[in-house]
Amino acid sequence: MDGGTLQASILQFFDYQVIIDNWQLYLSGVFVTLQLTALSLILGFVLAVPMSIMLTSRKPWVWMPVWLYVYCFRGTPLLIQLFLLYYGAGQFAFIREGFLWPFLREAWFCAIIAMGLNTAAYQAEIFRGAIATTPRGEIEAARAFGMSPFRLYSRIILPSSFRRALPAYVNEVIFSLQSTSLASLVTLIDITGAARIVNSRYYTPYEAFLSAAVLYLVITFVIIWLAGGLERRWNVHLARPTS
Amino acid sequence: MGSLIDLKGYGWSILVEGTALTVEVALASLALSVILGILGAAAKLSGRRVLMGIATFYTTLIRSVPDLVLMLLLFFGGQTLINWAAPKFGYEDYIDIDPFMAGVLVIGFMFGAYMTESFRGALIAIPRGQIEAARAYGMSPLLLFRRITLPQMIRLALPSFGNNWMVLLKTTALVSVIGLDDMVHRAGSAAGATRQPFTFYLVVAVDYLVLTTISVLVLNWLARRYDRGYARRSP
Repeated sequence: MDGGTLQASILQFFDYQVIIDNWQLYLSGVFVTLQLTALSLILGFVLAVPMSIMLTSRKPWVWMPVWLYVYCFRGTPLLIQLFLLYYGAGQFAFIREGFLWPFLREAWFCAIIAMGLNTAAYQAEIFRGAIATTPRGEIEAARAFGMSPFRLYSRIILPSSFRRALPAYVNEVIFSLQSTSLASLVTLIDITGAARIVNSRYYTPYEAFLSAAVLYLVITFVIIWLAGGLERRWNVHLARPTS
Repeated sequence: MGSLIDLKGYGWSILVEGTALTVEVALASLALSVILGILGAAAKLSGRRVLMGIATFYTTLIRSVPDLVLMLLLFFGGQTLINWAAPKFGYEDYIDIDPFMAGVLVIGFMFGAYMTESFRGALIAIPRGQIEAARAYGMSPLLLFRRITLPQMIRLALPSFGNNWMVLLKTTALVSVIGLDDMVHRAGSAAGATRQPFTFYLVVAVDYLVLTTISVLVLNWLARRYDRGYARRSP
């Protein structure tokens, strides 16, 4: 075939009209994705902070259950955890008859719980690492001031650990954003779900999934940009002097 | 409790055949990702602007788009591309992509980007002086790579390589979405037929946990082997 027909076929290959016609579907997908990301991260954070403190304990009965939790959640795919909760919970009569069933029946609720429990394991590891590297002097100074253990954590150890954990935490936020795409496999219409609908309706895989990829890319860059600002504010005392 | 462990005859299919398929997909993707990772790292360190640009585009794109989206894009997109291009070269039949091949190509292509970063980091951590000394000894580039660069690169890249492998292994669960009959897919069929989804997905979860535990043990053994001769710093 000659160059002219090749060029014409490539132009025919992309059909932007499909995306323009379905922009509302993608927009509502963006909202679902952001909602899932934010809520699972908040749930993960609430669980991860006490778990990370327990992980640094010297008593085996304190750190071992948390260690086991982290090991199991990090050692199995999130997809399986999600399927276990969404499809698996209904296997048991006591759950179907229990007060939680109206929630566990909903894909949206199951996705947030599964993703929250999953990111909690990763966040706990991040915070544990940051707590373990708290300078000894800061802790000794706080003790010398007569701070109670609660004060010691809330005023000294945790704030300084969060600062050190920030770069790793931003990575975890981006991983969480990406893992929400699995929600489309349990009937939710997030960005990936919108793309799957468009693909199956018009059979246009490039238009459908490349648009989704661009949306994820934009959200990722916004997160990195916001995190950069936060890092400059929080870690202003650590910044290297610029010449 | 009895009904929880009874696999109703699906045990062999999931635990043996399904696990074997999952491990095959994982190992084949690993091989592809290592080749792409070496090429990517070589391109990033080549100093040539075009090669560096392509490698940076590759690693940035792959790392900012979810696995599932990439997998669906490359699977459905690849299928469309082949069937769009084939008639133009005189091939008229509809071509179906084999899900095993598609899974390996997609996962290998994705983790090639992560391996690129691991290998690049390891290569730049090897002291320049050693390479200059090896050249001064008159070593050929191949001998230099085999005796000086490779052994140290393995040691330095091992922690992040191990991390990539663990993530790769768990990503293989996604190939069930594009129709490969791996252990996740088989568990799904068994769950539908027996109405015991919890039982069968739990079996798959334990199966993955066993695979990741074996991986950790092997990786720790490898790390000890390659760290020989490097004193561990006392805390």
